[in-house]
Order: sequence, then structure tokens, then C-alpha cells
Amino acid sequence: MAEQQQQLTSEDIIQEENLVFDRTQLLTDNVFHYCPGCGHGVAHRLIMEVVEELEVQDKAIGIAPVGCSVLAYNYMDIDMQEAAHGRAPALATGIKRTMPDKYVFTYQGDGDLAAIGTAETIHACNRGENVAIFFINNGIYGMTGGQMAPTTLEKMKSSTTPYGRNIKQMGNPLKITELVAELPGTYYVTRQAVHKPGAVRKAKKAIKKAFEYQKLEKGLSFVEIVINCNSGWKMEPVDANKWMDENFLPYYPLGDIKVPEKK
Amino acid sequence: MAKLQGRIVVDTEKCKGCGVCIPACPFDVIALADNVNSKGFHYAYMKNPEACTGCVNCALVCPDAVIQVYRKKATA
Ligand SMILES: Cc1ncc(C[n+]2csc(CCOP(=O)(O)OP(=O)(O)O)c2C)c(N)n1
Ligand code: SF4
Ligand code: SF4
Repeated sequence: MAEQQQQLTSEDIIQEENLVFDRTQLLTDNVFHYCPGCGHGVAHRLIMEVVEELEVQDKAIGIAPVGCSVLAYNYMDIDMQEAAHGRAPALATGIKRTMPDKYVFTYQGDGDLAAIGTAETIHACNRGENVAIFFINNGIYGMTGGQMAPTTLEKMKSSTTPYGRNIKQMGNPLKITELVAELPGTYYVTRQAVHKPGAVRKAKKAIKKAFEYQKLEKGLSFVEIVINCNSGWKMEPVDANKWMDENFLPYYPLGDIKVPEKK
Repeated sequence: MAKLQGRIVVDTEKCKGCGVCIPACPFDVIALADNVNSKGFHYAYMKNPEACTGCVNCALVCPDAVIQVYRKKATA
């Protein structure tokens, strides 16, 4: 027989001691300029939650990219440096080498990291710089109006591929994360997403590992986070997340690509 | 027997009405309001507050980090 449950009122429940989820203190009060439903906000929040949990706010230095997240320093309440388009891994290299006790990370879109910044990305990974790269893949150049990126899927429409990406003409979608996993300098390489509660939990664990490996001086951690660009993809946010599940993730499957060998 | 009961508090002025929190909720607690905030967004609210368990799923996926979650154990 079903037991009669006591129904608590909102006043009973909404009390300081019952608070189980709150916005991290390491996000500033500024409202994100991102489009409604854009995954950049979740990615920002998770990185700041990890920095807060590891208590390294005064030791963390982030490098902001060029792209929609160019203003990341307005939201992450830590020391940050803006890079020229694609050059974040080079800046991270310099900052980490001069201040090895800091936790240094880059935050880069797929146009930034996998197009204009390919050289910096590959060489920082190959050198095994002791930094973290957070690679935010939305399959498109969001900021400039939804042009094709190296990561754009075959047949995917963008403002520069209105009939869909034609492989013969425009080449193959670049799996740069799999590519850097082949380089000896990368220690931990993974692909995550933030569109569902379970995915968010896993993505946060991956971000945390990247910081912990940096502390242990293991070399470069590369964490791809797939997000929607609903305005660039011309979809409602919820539909964009569904489309991502059905189309984007089969080509860019989630999970670890390179994990440290167990000794 | 104890049962967890929850409530969410949405910062309605900062909510962008994206609706991403709605399918994330396993108990169909959230809907978008008919009213709009000062930016014109239909903000999220609890249409079904008694069903909330405080699982935090909605807050995990909210791109704007505008959901607070409270949870309390109720005893039978
Ligand atoms: C040297 C240089 N070339 C081109 C641009 C124009 N530009 C600005 S953002 C951008 C692409 C950004 O795309 P992505 O890195 O995928 O980030 P998103 O906006 O999608 O988050 C380009 C080409 C620029 N600002 N500087
Ligand atoms: S996910 Fe956040 S911003 Fe979007 S509707 Fe829900 S509360 Fe509002
Ligand atoms: S805390 Fe869980 S049950 Fe409550 S509204 Fe959010 S997702 Fe639904």
C-alpha cells in the first residue's frame, strides 16, 4: 500500500541549508552574451566549478580565443589573456613556461583551433606542453555568421555551404581530436558534450582530470566539448541538441580517445 | 520512509527561455511562462512543483547558470 507522504511547502524547502545547486562564485554576475541555449555557457561554468573545487582560483590562467567566446574573460573570474585568432596554445606555452606553478588552459572554438590555429595546436600537442586545451566544437564559425569550419559535417548546411558540405569540393570534416591523440606529447585526450545531464557530469570529470594531470606535470590534456550552435545551425535550442545527438555525435563519438597507461 | 522533495529558483531576469532545462527534467516539472522578462524572454517556471525531487538535472544543463536547486527529505 502506498504510504502517505508528507508534502513539504516551498517555504519548507527553499532554505539556505537545503541548497544543493548554486551558480559557482567563479562566474561573474555578467549575463552571457551567448545565444539562448548555446553550450558555451555550460562549458564556462564547468571549468569554473572545477577551478573552484580544486581551490586554484589565484593560480589559474585562461587564454580566450577569437570566436563567440572572445569575451570569456568577462565571465570567468580568474586571470585571463586574450590571444590573436588561433594562437592560444602558443600563449599558453609561454605563460606556463615562465610560471610553471600556474594552471594554464586555453578555451578555443573549432575555427580558432582547427583552422587558423592548426599549427599552434599541433605543435603544442606534439611538444607536450604541460597545459590544458579545452576545444569547443560546434561544427561552424559561430561568431562570424555560421560559415563552414573544418569540422562541418558532410552535407551539413552552413552560410558558405548552402547546399551542404560537398566533400569533393571542400574536403573532409577534420577529426582533429583523434589526430592530436596520435602525437606523443598528448597525455589525455577525450571528447565530451554538455547537452544532457549525464554528459555534463562526465564532461566535468574530464575537465577536472585535465587540471589534475597538469598538477602532476604529465603533459598536455586535450578535452573536446561538442556544443550546439543553434543560431548558426538555424534550429531551436532543444531541436539543435537533438540534431547533435542524431547527426554530429555519430561522426564525433563521445568518450576517451587517449588515456594514461596504467602502470 | 523518506522521500526527497525539491524546488528550483530561476533567476527569471537572466533566464533566456531557451527551454533546454525542460527535456532534462525527468518529472516534467518545468515549462516556459506566458509572461516575459524585461528582455522579452519567456522564462522558465515550475508548472508542477510537487513533482520536483531536487535532482539538479535542469541546473546541470542550463546554459546561463540561472537555476538554483533546493532539496529536503520529507518523512512519512
Ligand atoms: C586573423 C583573423 N582572421 C579572421 C577573423 C574572423 N573571425 C572571427 S571569429 C572567426 C571564427 C570563429 O569560429 P570558432 O572558432 O569555431 O568559434 P565560435 O564562434 O563558433 O565559438 C573568424 C574566422 C579574425 N577575427 N581574425
Ligand atoms: S535552461 Fe536556463 S536559460 Fe534556458 S529556459 Fe531553462 S532556466 Fe532559462
Ligand atoms: S531539480 Fe530535477 S526534478 Fe526538480 S525541476 Fe530540476 S530536473 Fe526537474
